Amino acid sequence: MQETTANKVAAHATSSFTEHLQRDRPELLPQYAPFATGTSAGQPPAVPHATTIVAMTYAGGIVMAGDRRATMGNIIASRHIEKVFPADQYSVLGIAGTAGIAIDLTRLFQVELEHYEKIEGTLLSLDGKANRLGAMIRGNLPMALQGLAVVPLFAGFDTAAGVGRLFSYDVTGGRYEEQEHHAVGSGSMFARGALKKLWRPNLPEDEAISVAVESLYDAADDDSATGGPDPVRQLWPVVYAVNRAGARRVSDRELAAMAGNIIESRAAARREA
Amino acid sequence: MTQQFYVSPEQLMKDRADFARKGIARGRSVIVISCEDGIALVAENPSPSLHKIGEIYDKIAFAAVGKYNEFESLRQAGVRYADVRGYSYDRDDVTARGLASVYAQSLGAVFTAEQKPFEVELAVAEVGASQDLDHLYRLTFDGSIADEHNFIVMGGQADKVSGAIEGGWQRDLPFAAAIRLAVRGLVTDNEAPDLPAKALEVAVLDRSSESNRGTRRAFRRLSNQDVVELLAEES
Repeated sequence: MQETTANKVAAHATSSFTEHLQRDRPELLPQYAPFATGTSAGQPPAVPHATTIVAMTYAGGIVMAGDRRATMGNIIASRHIEKVFPADQYSVLGIAGTAGIAIDLTRLFQVELEHYEKIEGTLLSLDGKANRLGAMIRGNLPMALQGLAVVPLFAGFDTAAGVGRLFSYDVTGGRYEEQEHHAVGSGSMFARGALKKLWRPNLPEDEAISVAVESLYDAADDDSATGGPDPVRQLWPVVYAVNRAGARRVSDRELAAMAGNIIESRAAARREA
Repeated sequence: MTQQFYVSPEQLMKDRADFARKGIARGRSVIVISCEDGIALVAENPSPSLHKIGEIYDKIAFAAVGKYNEFESLRQAGVRYADVRGYSYDRDDVTARGLASVYAQSLGAVFTAEQKPFEVELAVAEVGASQDLDHLYRLTFDGSIADEHNFIVMGGQADKVSGAIEGGWQRDLPFAAAIRLAVRGLVTDNEAPDLPAKALEVAVLDRSSESNRGTRRAFRRLSNQDVVELLAEES
């Protein structure tokens, strides 16, 4: 077919930032090619890992929380890392897995959503955002097969349906909608156990935040790669609440009070586990 | 053999400039005003979805008059330029000056090399921490660029509208007053005595978006309802 100007213009019209980079500046994209040689599968290089993200629905929205520890083998690589990020006005993204790749992916995802919004003049639907993230995770599959996996948890307020929704992913980009609550990362099985006992339908926002902090506390109790609340350094989890009004980062003051209550009640119970 | 007619470069450029000016003069005006709360952008535009004003980046907005498809393609190119730059360096490294010079180059290239020049006039506005740090750039169809102060008026009857704005502009105007001033200016270019909110497109670059709304993105489009309320405040 003849390549007319109109055809060319139409073919180049994209609202996707990633597509634009692939075409015009491919060197700026994260390099998803597998390593040539040197490192064999199963022996990834020692890089920081981020762990344990929890998310749950509550009356009118969702809450997502992440601890602040990154580990490199048996070493604590960082006590200040942040693993939960606002993706746009109505959604948040939590990351577990290889920290460097996950943070890069988050940055690209944030620009992707903002770019779409500015070009089209409207927000992407929540399902659209979730699918886009799945495609980006699949792009990382060669690295994941070598042990550098990123497993995100995505949650947001669906403005069309008027409810908060949660999505989990596997390393192939498979997208699974979760009901009620979910957790990812090495401490997730302990966090999930806590969520099962503490969560109930239609929690008020402050109770949901408190449940998120307590389930992270339980994860930190049993998983060495998850950091608990740190009163010495005044470090608390990163918690976001998203509802009809948008995403809000819960202040350190609120979190300090909630973490204080949890530590106090556990100390008062004087129980081993 | 047919021989090509000789046209002098001066004549050629003049013809192109006249052609572009005629195209721009047919459109309605757009006003960009720097004021105390930030930068207000006001356009006469009956369409609720085909915008003349748009967001480019955190502190940068775009306004245009002329042919829609031409300035829309420039707006999208601007968003791509800014997003790539912010992604590869840092969000702070995206400036209106950089964007304006890219626009100037593309407009200049189209004006001299293409079949027909773009029939557009653009404004690139960047809101700063204080009014002295605001940047307003005006770009015309031939790629010339001007660093303006206080306000920019573009479009059909720009001279008349500009006179009206000049008379009312003050340094410490809040958004509401700046927008009302702009609307009064737009009316001078009109047969009808006043403009309904429906026929207006209004957006602002909020100087204190970080402290007030907790976001770096200063651009905010005002809804019809907001505009109705703003205009009704006048007494």
